[in-house]
Amino acid sequence: MIFASNLKIAYEKKIVVDKFTLDISKGEIISLIGPNGSGKSSILKVMSRLMKSLEGAVHIDGKDIHKLSSKDVAKQLSVLSQYHSTPPDFTVEEIVRYGRMPHQKWYETSTKKDEEVVNWALKQTRIYDLRERSVNSLSGGERQRAWIAMALAQKPKVLLLDEPTTFLDICHQIEIMELINRLNKELNLTVVMVLHDLNHAIRYSSRIVVIKDGKFVAQGSPEKVLTKQLLRDVYNVEAEISIDQRTGKPVIMPVGLCHESGLEQ
Amino acid sequence: MELKVLNKTIQVQKKSYNRTIKRIIIFVASSVFLSFIILLSLRFGSVRFSTSEIINSISNKQVSAGRNIIVNIRIPRTLLCIMVGANLAVSGALLQAVMRNPLADPGLTGVSTGAGLAAVAIMLAFPSMAGFLPFVAFLGGAAASIMVFTLAWKSGIDPIRIILAGVAVNAILGGGISLLTVLYSDRIQGALMWLNGSISGKGWNNVSILAPYSVVGLLSGLFCIKTANILQLGEDVAKNLGLNVNNSRLILSIIAAFLAGISVSTVGLIGFIGLIIPHISRLLVGSDYRFMLPLSAILGSMILLFADILSRTLFSPVELPVGIIMAIFGGPFFLYHLRKRGAYKI
Repeated sequence: MIFASNLKIAYEKKIVVDKFTLDISKGEIISLIGPNGSGKSSILKVMSRLMKSLEGAVHIDGKDIHKLSSKDVAKQLSVLSQYHSTPPDFTVEEIVRYGRMPHQKWYETSTKKDEEVVNWALKQTRIYDLRERSVNSLSGGERQRAWIAMALAQKPKVLLLDEPTTFLDICHQIEIMELINRLNKELNLTVVMVLHDLNHAIRYSSRIVVIKDGKFVAQGSPEKVLTKQLLRDVYNVEAEISIDQRTGKPVIMPVGLCHESGLEQ
Repeated sequence: MELKVLNKTIQVQKKSYNRTIKRIIIFVASSVFLSFIILLSLRFGSVRFSTSEIINSISNKQVSAGRNIIVNIRIPRTLLCIMVGANLAVSGALLQAVMRNPLADPGLTGVSTGAGLAAVAIMLAFPSMAGFLPFVAFLGGAAASIMVFTLAWKSGIDPIRIILAGVAVNAILGGGISLLTVLYSDRIQGALMWLNGSISGKGWNNVSILAPYSVVGLLSGLFCIKTANILQLGEDVAKNLGLNVNNSRLILSIIAAFLAGISVSTVGLIGFIGLIIPHISRLLVGSDYRFMLPLSAILGSMILLFADILSRTLFSPVELPVGIIMAIFGGPFFLYHLRKRGAYKI
């Protein structure tokens, strides 16, 4: 569905990602994980054409996203950045309505179908009752759901998310992750996200891709990829890994930093 | 439970209903107010007329001194104020969408100082070419804004770079204006009036030059409403929605520079309208450009008309440049706005 091949990404002259290739199939939830500055957000930006890569290309259904018109890409793919700012008086409904923009000509206003999709997106994200509130008056979790509703209004096949749970408390983190999971199952939406919380990544992704210093390290199912050794190599962290009885998935419990001399207490 | 949900839905609908009503009231009220100020503008000046005299002289073809003043001086002057006020306000509103910065002002594109330098050069160094003044001033404004955009361009237009380039170009051209006024300090009177913006002594020929360009500029502005709204959501969201952010920023900036350029080349430099009117408009109807941009045009016309009436009545028979009035009243308003920033009423 999305194929990123041989990406080389640079800011000015500093190369942050090199020789990165990733093939994503329909219906997957993929988490990109890695330490700060590993280049995972840059990869997400290039995959969503917010940024251009120095080398390599990203194809969606066989077509280069930089050769398609930006609007055609917006009908297939939606990306949510980490930071958002809106004029203080824009309401949730207005924001979500802008998600229909890719489907409209520049002179067109909302049609009945657009309104239907907007209402559907508001209901999917359970913010229908908040639709007249201004986005800035919402709590962090509600606000994130409003942006996800905007993304849904685009009717994309792929949703890319850059750290969707940062700035949220644990309840809203789970709420957002469950929402993403539900959208993936019910709408068969392909999801690619950058995550920091490894346990969230394990719990909710079908595949994990590990990146360090702009280079591909490992990929595969969460159980297979996240080993003690990998955590040592990539994060410099010593951790206990146990199996959660209810989900059958591993749970990571960091115990300390590791140094060449071994475990530091 | 059902009832609770129903109640909530009704409340929600009521709220949006209230907002629509509020917007309609504001539009009706400001249009009425604008008509009232247009009437005042026709009545007041060094000679005062009653409303019936004005109606008579417009409908009556008989030649008289009074009719001459109304038809050949007051009406064109009023029309100029309406157009220039709307142009500058819309120009500022568009630039604020591009820059996402409340300090964005048409002058930032270099258009005012560029036009100013060209105009001052004509008035002081080549007074024999005074007939070409609006044309040359427009070219000067266009050249300066091209300079700003070229300097700001680096694989795309970055708002911060426009602001920095604008400040730099303005400083250089402003230096040029100062140099000319020092070198030709004996002829400075006319130039001084122009540099502070003056609508006196303008007639139908100015109206007929400005009108077609204003219509083109303002209509293009209206076509940018959707783009301006999306730019307000930030670069990443705009790109995600399929907007070509670079091209949009460039187009909006060019329209803004054009609107400001045609205006300052006709009446000279008038500040503050492009800066404060969009803010007032935003306070009244919110930041949605579908409402904010048309209201900016109405308010821009209204405020400039009002300032022009003051400029010709305060120290009558002496006329002040309207730019001075705008600065004296605009400055305090801007400070007031700074104190309570972020309070959007709608």
